[in-house]
Amino acid sequence: MNAPPFPAIIPGYYRYSYRLILMNRILSKTQLSDDVFMMKVEAPLIARERLPGQFIILQINNDFGERIPLTIADADAEQGWIAIIFQTVGRTTHLLAEKNVGDTIESVLGPLGHPTHIERVGTVVCVGGGIGVAPLHPIVKGMKAAGNRVIVIMGARTKSLLIMEEQMRALADELIICTDDGSCGRKALVTEPLKEICGREPKPACVVAIGPPIMMKFCAEATRPFGVRTLVSLNTIMIDGTGMCGGCRVTVGGETKFVCVDGPEFDGHKVDFDNMMKRLKAYRRQEEHAHEQCHLEQAARQKGAAVA
Amino acid sequence: MSHVTRETLAAAAKRDLEAILQRGKPLTPKERLAIVPQEMPTQDPQVRRRTMSEVALGYTAEQSRLESLRCLQCRNAPCVEGCPVRIDIPAFVKAAGEGDIQAAIGIIKRNSLLPSVCGRVCPQETQCQENCTVGKALKDTAKAVAVGRIERFVADWEREQGKALPPSVKPETGRKVAVIGTGPASITVAADVRREGHQVVMFEAFHKPGGVMVYGIPEFRLPKRIVEAEISALQAMGVEVRTNFVIGRTRKLRDLLDKDGFDAAFVGTGAGLPKFMGIEGENLVGVFSANEYLTRVNLMKAHDFERADTPIFRSRVVAVLGGGNVAMDAARTAVRLGAEAVHIVYRRTEKEMPARIEEVGHAKEEGVIFHLLENAKRIVGDEQGLVTGMECLRYELGEPDASGRRRPVEVKGSEFIMPVDTVIVAIGNDSNPLIPRTTGGLQVTKWGNIIVDDTGKTSIDRIYAGGDIVLGAATVILAMGEGRRAAASINALLKG
Ligand SMILES: Cc1cc2nc3c(=O)[nH]c(=O)nc-3n(C[C@H](O)[C@H](O)[C@H](O)COP(=O)(O)OP(=O)(O)OC[C@H]3O[C@@H](n4cnc5c(N)ncnc54)[C@H](O)[C@@H]3O)c2cc1C
Ligand SMILES: Cc1cc2nc3c(=O)[nH]c(=O)nc-3n(C[C@H](O)[C@H](O)[C@H](O)COP(=O)(O)OP(=O)(O)OC[C@H]3O[C@@H](n4cnc5c(N)ncnc54)[C@H](O)[C@@H]3O)c2cc1C
Ligand code: SF4
Ligand code: SF4
Ligand code: FES
Repeated sequence: MNAPPFPAIIPGYYRYSYRLILMNRILSKTQLSDDVFMMKVEAPLIARERLPGQFIILQINNDFGERIPLTIADADAEQGWIAIIFQTVGRTTHLLAEKNVGDTIESVLGPLGHPTHIERVGTVVCVGGGIGVAPLHPIVKGMKAAGNRVIVIMGARTKSLLIMEEQMRALADELIICTDDGSCGRKALVTEPLKEICGREPKPACVVAIGPPIMMKFCAEATRPFGVRTLVSLNTIMIDGTGMCGGCRVTVGGETKFVCVDGPEFDGHKVDFDNMMKRLKAYRRQEEHAHEQCHLEQAARQKGAAVA
Repeated sequence: MSHVTRETLAAAAKRDLEAILQRGKPLTPKERLAIVPQEMPTQDPQVRRRTMSEVALGYTAEQSRLESLRCLQCRNAPCVEGCPVRIDIPAFVKAAGEGDIQAAIGIIKRNSLLPSVCGRVCPQETQCQENCTVGKALKDTAKAVAVGRIERFVADWEREQGKALPPSVKPETGRKVAVIGTGPASITVAADVRREGHQVVMFEAFHKPGGVMVYGIPEFRLPKRIVEAEISALQAMGVEVRTNFVIGRTRKLRDLLDKDGFDAAFVGTGAGLPKFMGIEGENLVGVFSANEYLTRVNLMKAHDFERADTPIFRSRVVAVLGGGNVAMDAARTAVRLGAEAVHIVYRRTEKEMPARIEEVGHAKEEGVIFHLLENAKRIVGDEQGLVTGMECLRYELGEPDASGRRRPVEVKGSEFIMPVDTVIVAIGNDSNPLIPRTTGGLQVTKWGNIIVDDTGKTSIDRIYAGGDIVLGAATVILAMGEGRRAAASINALLKG
């Protein structure tokens, strides 16, 4: 590590030609709730190819940054941007939230994963929990455009954490809001209305559930007795996102699958959620430390700014 | 084996070389055979267990000359036969023996574009050094002329002296070639095609170019700055490198040709799909593919606990499954990350291990424990899903099979539990299916390798392929050789 560097042929190596890749510039930034942000990022190549259900991997700093997956929440191929909606849960998402309009993100890779299979099937129930509402949005949009009747169930712990209510209301044929504390909509978990809807005649043709793993697990359990096909979008830890590392693997129907290339959507009735949840915690101790560190640094920066 | 310091080796070489030069007479073959084979100076194993910096320090100038003088300049040069790209070994070794390093590197570069890399990572003992006459005469391949080490010395010398100038480029032809991937196969194609004056754009899925040389092979074996210098050279030639661009997703392969104006494409996407064993417990927390483990450290710098945002599992006792270079790299990386004990579990015997002999030796010196004729049966964990142990089976060598090899057969009832908290699976890689899946009409074998004809062309016109995506997990030098062949075909195509 401490060996003297060989004289590089061109000074300032790693200055790759970005001539044709646009700079991943942040075009807008909106705070949707306490800890949820939306950003539009200039990424014309990704905007051109992406379909609902696909995601990107971004990295804030190419030398020491982590690569994190985020769903493409929206995109405009003409204008050449994609939108991401993210919750600040750890170091990278915090650093991202500190970026402002005009800043750039060093790496943005995508669109990754299989797009959602969207076709006209009749009635579709889309269930979003917490930040899961963001990745659900393009799917709701697609399902609606394909001519389906779309019922949206949105859940959050409390009213202030609900996001994208307006957008969903504009799209959904029926919108059900649930909060754990009853501060908005029904005081219930999303599984409650989901079961009721599955009990209706005719049954919905399919359910798409995106949210915390525990929510997806119980949504799948809720629909299982009704035999309603249930898609879930898995959010495992990833590195490359191209099928190279196997870090994102999950057990589906007894087989090992790579979420980044075989997914991210799978048949919820076959996913081994318990194993997936354990795998998500693999680095918990280190992540908590980094998160704490991040808050300390942030506080120090703010203090510094106040002094200056 | 006690560790001999670089200074000691250097002093001995200096003395021996001076003695030879003072005589002023050409050496007889017998005298050449009597020269002490030059040992590669290395970092002290106790020190290097805690650092990522390169283990093999490279010959000194005197060692390089002395080692070169051991070469008998065989007429039939069996060494050349063993080198996949047919470097004129006697000629470059002769120049190196005369101290004319510039001439030596010039000869190597006629055939190889990446001598600094190949000198370090080629499995020389099964290639150029396998049939070396000196090795045969001394009845030990390990005593063959150390062609790779001399090659490394002259290539490093050239770069360190700032003499590694990018090759000249012919006038622009206006033709455009897409090169997918940035591993050794792709680097070779990019250079050879660009030299003819065609425009070249390389596409890389990762945020840094270099392929396995950057994300897989660790710094302690192949310093990143060497690969960086090769990429810089390409850029100096005018090759454009686009990172964060995954073909098949960001753009389809066919679209490059049909819509984006490329006249030809080369696919060098490697063998990046980790194999797992398919045993119970493989998805527990603490089980990694070697690709994941090595990528976290090499590409994402997770060993730099202070600065890197990417975490790495802090292991105490590690078992690595496999016996190839990848397994050695994973095991030695785990040592450096502070594991208390690192075990390599391999189903066959040491003789069958596909890893380079030098690396097996280095791993042993660094305290890696080898379990031969053993294999994992299942991985066990606790209620939180964390690995607590691995159940292994013992094997013994059975009757020779048709090929004369004695196959390992399991010893019934020999199960035992090895207590470990980390299991790294390094049993090989298959080809990544992304491009075949998204490119209609691209023919692949049943293992997913792209099929090419003897010009390197795939089943689709104007699309060529080479390296691990064609050969299955192979070597750097073979990937380079494939790249050369495809580049020649592409250049011929664009000429007509
Ligand atoms: C296909 C896919 C799409 C995703 N889409 C979105 C999205 O649109 N919006 C969004 O906010 N998040 C999304 N995620 C989750 C997002 O990737 C993680 O929140 C992010 O990696 C956390 O990084 P961090 O460094 O800020 O936090 P870390 O410090 O890495 O983690 C903080 C906490 O989050 C958990 N965590 C870590 N990685 C993940 C992960 N991949 N998924 C879930 N939890 C994780 C950790 O266990 C830890 O408790 C998606 C994940 C995947 C796989
Ligand atoms: C840990 C390890 C140790 C090794 N040790 C040795 C050794 O000591 N000696 C030796 O000779 N060989 C060794 N090898 C093997 C050697 O590295 C490979 O044979 C060689 O690198 C193959 O070169 P390649 O050009 O075919 O592709 P790779 O080096 O595999 O590069 C392929 C590149 O293509 C990129 N890519 C893949 N798909 C896409 C896509 N769709 N779009 C854009 N880019 C894409 C990848 O990200 C990657 O960067 C080792 C391999 C590993 C993993
Ligand atoms: S076989 Fe050995 S001794 Fe003969 S030319 Fe080659 S390197 Fe020299
Ligand atoms: S390229 Fe490899 S095989 Fe060929 S001479 Fe060099 S080290 Fe030997
Ligand atoms: S993220 Fe590496 S294989 Fe999916």
